[in-house]
Amino acid sequence: MRYYTYFPGCSVSHGGAKAYGSSALAVSKALDVELVELEDWNCCGSTPYTSVDELASLCTSARNLALAEKRGLDLVTPCSACHVILSRTNSYLKEYPELRAKVDDALAVGDLEYHGTVRVRHLLDIFVNDIGNDEIASRVKRDLSGLKVAAYYGCQMVRPGPSFDHPESPQSLDRLIESLGAEATPFPLKARCCGGSLIISEEDVALGLINKLLDSAVAGGAECIITVCPLCQTNLDVYQGRVNKKFKTHYNIPVLFFTQLMGLAMGMGIKELGIEKGIVSAEKMLARYIER
Amino acid sequence: METKVQRSNTFVEEICAIPGGERIRDCIQCGTCSASCPNAGRMDHTPRMLIAMARAGMREEVLSSNAMWFCASCYLCTVRCPRDVKPTELMHALECLAVSRRLSSERTRTPTMYRSFSDFVYSIGSVPEVGFMMWFYLLSNPLRALRMAPLALTLLKHGRMSVKARRLKPEAERQLRAILDKAEVLGGMS
Repeated sequence: MRYYTYFPGCSVSHGGAKAYGSSALAVSKALDVELVELEDWNCCGSTPYTSVDELASLCTSARNLALAEKRGLDLVTPCSACHVILSRTNSYLKEYPELRAKVDDALAVGDLEYHGTVRVRHLLDIFVNDIGNDEIASRVKRDLSGLKVAAYYGCQMVRPGPSFDHPESPQSLDRLIESLGAEATPFPLKARCCGGSLIISEEDVALGLINKLLDSAVAGGAECIITVCPLCQTNLDVYQGRVNKKFKTHYNIPVLFFTQLMGLAMGMGIKELGIEKGIVSAEKMLARYIER
Repeated sequence: METKVQRSNTFVEEICAIPGGERIRDCIQCGTCSASCPNAGRMDHTPRMLIAMARAGMREEVLSSNAMWFCASCYLCTVRCPRDVKPTELMHALECLAVSRRLSSERTRTPTMYRSFSDFVYSIGSVPEVGFMMWFYLLSNPLRALRMAPLALTLLKHGRMSVKARRLKPEAERQLRAILDKAEVLGGMS
């Protein structure tokens, strides 16, 4: 059994990506990975807080790191936005001593201290590097051969880095897809931006980016896309209909969390993995793999 | 002429004093950031141009620009920049500066969206998607909420919209707020 401190983040814990959380926990359990949720964690602050009040955002994020440090384990998150913010806090506190002094002062008010020792990691990193693709392949129970999958990495898991994968041409998720018995399709835009939270304030801008991504995935022959981030999944799945309307396109490509694909390969059911929560239905695509 | 130079130095120093801003002096104006940026076409000034303007001391123009608010923090410019300027962090620094000097651009709704998000982090330590979006529409354009109704309905049907916010234990919520209040007292980044 391997133990980690788990930081689900708001979307995965209580928002629209709950299926990411439940599938992540189910798959982890099957792989003898124990994700112990950090008690009373708060929102990481995400990019929005960083952009209006830097010191407050660092303190917000540092509170989580201070709590995690008491446990002495790696801090694992399935959310790329949480991943980039918590990692960034670590590097800022190292790089700027005067800033660190202020964060220390603020944390002290809450009887907390942070010594900078927590390693922040993305859930995908745990699976492909700590568990390994061979081990994962040995747990495969359902034959997914022939299923064409586009691996979407997005931005904030691999950039700005240092990361466990290449910042512009990452491979880890493609290798994982192959270990699961499915086929990773060519996807030149696999590490390009989905627009992130700009989908809320500047929808047109984000829809344009999503359109390019969907086009690239479909052109590569993919039947579905898998993602490593709740926001990427939302943008590609929930807003796919609005892309179709705006650009007169006809995309109908399901967007799964990578943990859902893992669960499918390991023999878990559609309901158990929350796959029916996808707005673009994956039912038809999966029909040939799922025993009725 | 002398005043102009004076003005220029002041603004660059102001930026350099913010963590993430100090590398602006290293820029060689090669334009890799602008060429890499997925949203450069929507900005009133490209990232490269914004850096040039900042170094020319065009304080007001830079801080009221919409450019940094179109940065989606994809970090593509950051990994490509040959001078390690870290333009993404520079954008964040300019955003913070614009907010603290109350000069944020009126040609984008993003500052209001970010503010709505941050309000939730400060007050309850978590961000419920529904509440946050409602708050944003109220602060920006309540009519837009209507346009979002079909989407909200679809989400609801698929069990992806929870109205209930995640709450921390009261003592944890108080702890976070005390930390953030202290941060406010310590003020600013420099």
